Amino acid sequence: MTDKLLEVEDLKKYYPVTGGLLSRHLGDVRAVDGVSFYIKEGETLGLVGESGCGKSTLGRAILRLEEPTEGRIIYKGTDITKLGKKELRELRKEIQIIFQDPQSSLDPRMTIGQSIGEGLLIHGIGDDRARVKRVDEILELVGLEAQHALRYPHEFSSGQRQRVGIGRALTVNPKLIIADEPVSALDVSIQAQILNLMLDLRREFGLAYLFIAHDLSVIRQISHRVAVMYLGKIVELAERGEFFQNALHPYTEALLSAILDIRQKGKTRILLPGSVPSALNPPSGCRFHTRCHRVLPICHQEEPQLKDVGSGHLVACHLYRA
Amino acid sequence: MKDAILRVRNLKTYFFTRRGIIKAVDGIDFDLLESECLCLVGESGCGKTVTALSILGLIDSPPGRIVGGEIYYHDVDLLGCPRDQLRHIRGKEIAMVFQDAQSALNPVFTIGNQIVEQVKLHLEVNDREAKGRAIGLLEEVGIPSPEKAFSYYPHQLSGGMKQRAMIAMSLSCAPQLLIADEPTTAVDVTIKAQILDIFHRLKDNRQMSILFITHEFGVVSEIGDRIAVMYAGRLAEIATTSELLNNPKHPYTTGLLKCLPDITRERDRLESIPGTVPSLIDPPGGCLFHPRCDKAVAICREEQPPPLAVGDGHTVFCHLYS
Repeated sequence: MTDKLLEVEDLKKYYPVTGGLLSRHLGDVRAVDGVSFYIKEGETLGLVGESGCGKSTLGRAILRLEEPTEGRIIYKGTDITKLGKKELRELRKEIQIIFQDPQSSLDPRMTIGQSIGEGLLIHGIGDDRARVKRVDEILELVGLEAQHALRYPHEFSSGQRQRVGIGRALTVNPKLIIADEPVSALDVSIQAQILNLMLDLRREFGLAYLFIAHDLSVIRQISHRVAVMYLGKIVELAERGEFFQNALHPYTEALLSAILDIRQKGKTRILLPGSVPSALNPPSGCRFHTRCHRVLPICHQEEPQLKDVGSGHLVACHLYRA
Repeated sequence: MKDAILRVRNLKTYFFTRRGIIKAVDGIDFDLLESECLCLVGESGCGKTVTALSILGLIDSPPGRIVGGEIYYHDVDLLGCPRDQLRHIRGKEIAMVFQDAQSALNPVFTIGNQIVEQVKLHLEVNDREAKGRAIGLLEEVGIPSPEKAFSYYPHQLSGGMKQRAMIAMSLSCAPQLLIADEPTTAVDVTIKAQILDIFHRLKDNRQMSILFITHEFGVVSEIGDRIAVMYAGRLAEIATTSELLNNPKHPYTTGLLKCLPDITRERDRLESIPGTVPSLIDPPGGCLFHPRCDKAVAICREEQPPPLAVGDGHTVFCHLYS
């Protein structure tokens, strides 16, 4: 078994809500509320959930783009929540991020070459000549051409811009890439191109991905293991094959049944009533009980813990007792 | 054979910009039959939305202009009729649901107020009747406690509820034809299932004709009676849903269907369509798809393909079948 590259333990990220004349502390938005998981070297963990479930906050917290409120993030044996500025910069050579919207994550006044080379400059890698050479290499790697280095983002289509976004992340030879909905904004024909590129890069460089998405059919193509988040918590986590054949949590069941696939026309759907409750004031007991189709009396009172129900299949639900 | 409620003939909508003429919609024909749901499918920029806006006379001019073609609603020439008549038809007989409910609703009026306003604009009813009608509509689209929701402002509703409120508003005058522009695109999967459920009920209970615009084949397979695939401002293929999904003819359609990530199994690589959508200012000659088509032959570069009947109600625009 390969080593754990990243281990997240009981991570929490709360955003305080204040109000009134004296800006009293009224409560917290619990965006991420006690999440634990690990990613092995070269492994892809797919993270799914609906808007506002905390999946992006979780991704950003791992890079400390958001300071975690509590919990530990251990990268190669070091707790990175305690790192100083300098060490943090070193860490970011190892962990990189790709954003959903390549339009707004590229500086419109920088050429593509400058954008891709920026990471090298910041980390003081190589001289000017070496950097230009590296940029050319990267462009070729992500399926663009060396001549594109001198152009500006607006001259590219969204798929090409996402290639640049991936190229930017690759320049410093990272081990782990947090990919936050990298294909959600793309058309299907382009989405397939970008997914293939990410699969190729994983094979070539042994990259590990935390692949955040809301589309389970995309997750299925790229992940080794899959985690489902609901209102700041992981409710189920399993190996890909197990996950898609034997999903246990009622929320996962509903998500899988809601997928519209031309190959599964006319399947029965579990229609979830209502929408996701507020993370400021989550329901008591199991957070999902207000929408669950298999709710038990205990679900109203007691919060289920994430438990192994066999061969690494974790689920947080009172229906399954280990 | 059912009658056509809407007939679009050789519609051309161009945008005149400083950089050149954008041929957003360049000669498309289709009929929408009574109580039928026709889906317009295609990737970003293929002209689906411009087609919808052209039907409703909502193209911003300048820069846009309908430069040719005919649009008939029953026997009314929508492009030639006086503005008063068009305004009477629009909202009362033809209604539209937009993708982004957030920006389509007025933030400073309550939901109820906005529905009542529309009802009173088109129908001769008093305040009490209008209010009753509005509450009935909110109930029909599945908004819980509709009397309360009547006095909510848009910001008090979740994304899914806003989308429902907008659908309720579009139904306020019992239109015969509903144009829905990506109504399920900006919402989460579980909400998407709920919204599609509403459209199913509209089809069954109200026998409405629906022109449904989307880029998702999964949605199409759920809701569409017939599908028209668009590419770069022209039609590529049109057929009944089961025929098109099981027996696609156009290389673009087959390519798109192969690109879809498959939820039922894993694959090493996804199929993709090489390249990107061509510029609409300076489109390639002949068939617009030929630069990306692996089956292209000499004639594809020269001549625009004519409509070819390849089966019962199945028309394809491709030289391979001539």
